[in-house]
Amino acid sequence: MTVHVSDLTVTRGGVAVLEGLSFALRPGEAVVLRGPNGIGKTTLLRTVAGLQPARAGRVEAPPESMVYAGHADGLKATLTVSENLTFWARVFGQGAIGPALDAFELCPLADRQAGALSAGQKRRLGLARLLVTGRPVWLLDEPTVSLDVDAVALFADAVRAHLAGGGSALMATHIDLGLAEARVLDVAAFRAAAPDAEDFDEVFL
Amino acid sequence: MIALLTRDLRLAVRAGGGFGLGLAFFLIVVVLVPFGVGPETALLGTIAPGILWLGALLACLLSLDRIFALDWEDGSLDLLATAPLPMEAVVSVKALAHWLTTGLPLVLATPLFALLLSLPGAGYGPLVLSLLLGTPALSVIGTFGAALTVGIKRGGLLLSLLVLPLYVPTLIFGAEMARRGAEGLDTTTPLLMLAGISCGTIALLPFASAAVLRVNLR
Amino acid sequence: MNLNALWEYANPKKFIRTTERVLPWVSVLSVVALVVGLIWGFFFTPDDYRQGSTVKIIYLHVPAALMAINTWLMMLITSLIWIVRRHHVSALAARAAAPVGAVMTVIALATGAIWGQPMWGTWWAWDPRLTSFLILFLFYLGYMALWEAIENDDTAADLTSVLCLVGSVFALLSRYAVNFWNQGLHQGASLSLDKEENVADVFYWPLLVCIAGFVLLFIALVLLRTRTEIRARRMRALLARERMR
Repeated sequence: MTVHVSDLTVTRGGVAVLEGLSFALRPGEAVVLRGPNGIGKTTLLRTVAGLQPARAGRVEAPPESMVYAGHADGLKATLTVSENLTFWARVFGQGAIGPALDAFELCPLADRQAGALSAGQKRRLGLARLLVTGRPVWLLDEPTVSLDVDAVALFADAVRAHLAGGGSALMATHIDLGLAEARVLDVAAFRAAAPDAEDFDEVFL
Repeated sequence: MIALLTRDLRLAVRAGGGFGLGLAFFLIVVVLVPFGVGPETALLGTIAPGILWLGALLACLLSLDRIFALDWEDGSLDLLATAPLPMEAVVSVKALAHWLTTGLPLVLATPLFALLLSLPGAGYGPLVLSLLLGTPALSVIGTFGAALTVGIKRGGLLLSLLVLPLYVPTLIFGAEMARRGAEGLDTTTPLLMLAGISCGTIALLPFASAAVLRVNLR
Repeated sequence: MNLNALWEYANPKKFIRTTERVLPWVSVLSVVALVVGLIWGFFFTPDDYRQGSTVKIIYLHVPAALMAINTWLMMLITSLIWIVRRHHVSALAARAAAPVGAVMTVIALATGAIWGQPMWGTWWAWDPRLTSFLILFLFYLGYMALWEAIENDDTAADLTSVLCLVGSVFALLSRYAVNFWNQGLHQGASLSLDKEENVADVFYWPLLVCIAGFVLLFIALVLLRTRTEIRARRMRALLARERMR
């Protein structure tokens, strides 16, 4: 279940933003992406998730091993918390949602409509979705946005349990989760060089 | 796949889901036509098949932009793209859900509306059959249009501009079949063509829709 | 002949350099052919014994109608090249051709209406050919609108290419559907390889010159517009790079 990223170049709007990225994400390991805003962390995560093609390099991962959680939680306001979770569990071919509700303390809210939740509660529901997918590799984009201190601790516990169970996580976050296993990868070092003006091929630059 | 279908149906019937809006729109079109062309029964009976087909087509068009726009806004589409379901299946299920919530109610309500427009008695069977065969094609073609325009803000008007020309063959054969039925003529040829268009679009168009959806997600 | 050498022109720089030399020649030739063909056709051919001088509108109508269809065909081919080989120039050529094709469609429809008024006694009839051209015009409109609506150039190229492909199938379907829906007034083809069906020889040669003129005009316009698109694209790319620094 190791994800190998080798010599990856990712593009945003047709222009390379990060290049020459190589790293491996092994079971039980968490990699935290750091770097200033706009450097391309989201683009990198989406590329690794297979949502957008890489210009160069490879992402090697076992099929159907990854689950992506972006800025939006993918919640339906008119469905209840448990209906939302059950839907994702069924899409990923999994069964019970109880453990996921427990892990993010959502049990008291289970029958509330998702539209009536606070921002932090929605985020917790969005993160609980990761647990019901049963996928070993988590790709997380700013997972702790709008979470309070207690909820961040819940999330850190969930990640720790996930890693202990042989899972792995690649996340872009600025908050220190206190994960001993986490390795920091500063992507600023891989910022793509501005393309050469004479190189008129390919992208008209 | 069934999970996605039940979720979409549930969303459609919950508050704000827009279920029934298409039907109400269809009714309004049918009510407005006599105001436009006059109340003569003979004239209304002649144009009824065409009006009912046009009304059903426009009612279908109304709800197209909801197919992907909501899932796009709340991020569900990204998550579905990384789910075990192939994109082609997602697109097909979405089209099916659209047909079940929009096309099928229209087909079922049509005999009632045909009464308002004094359709000749012989026309009811062919009209309902033509809509039953044709509306799935409208949903599938519309899903393609919705997939094309999902990333565009306020793409509703563009969606209509793209989808309506694609609706031409379906409309021609569907309305022709309904018209011939009302006049007591043989409907075999338009029936076969309509069935062919529906089968062809259902079989092939989801691949194109899935391809453009993947492009829009990246 | 080595067909692979053709792909070199998919390089924007090479395309700009080559068309720089070709464009003036094509433009001049197209003007010459159009002037010769139209003057020959308008002033040096006899009036038709049934249609009178109205017949002469075919020197505009037939070439425009031909180009209206062939432009879509060219867009289909360039879209396929973009999908399969990802050559940017190909996608931009399709984009550049669309407005030209739309204008050709309008010319064909307008000249047809002007001719139809005295001959059929009506500006417009829901004849299959006329209707198909109107539908073709709608397809051009949708195609151009989609290009305009999407900000990212590669996304726009991908989406419009698929639309062009799907649209082609539906345009063909519409053609047959419209034929089925209404038998028409429009006469048979003015030109065909089968000599029996052709228009009379006196009209034939000036018509061929006019068609050549329209084809050259089309090539000149598409080359010019493709060059513009390439430069606009380069400008946007350079601006994007500036922002990144």
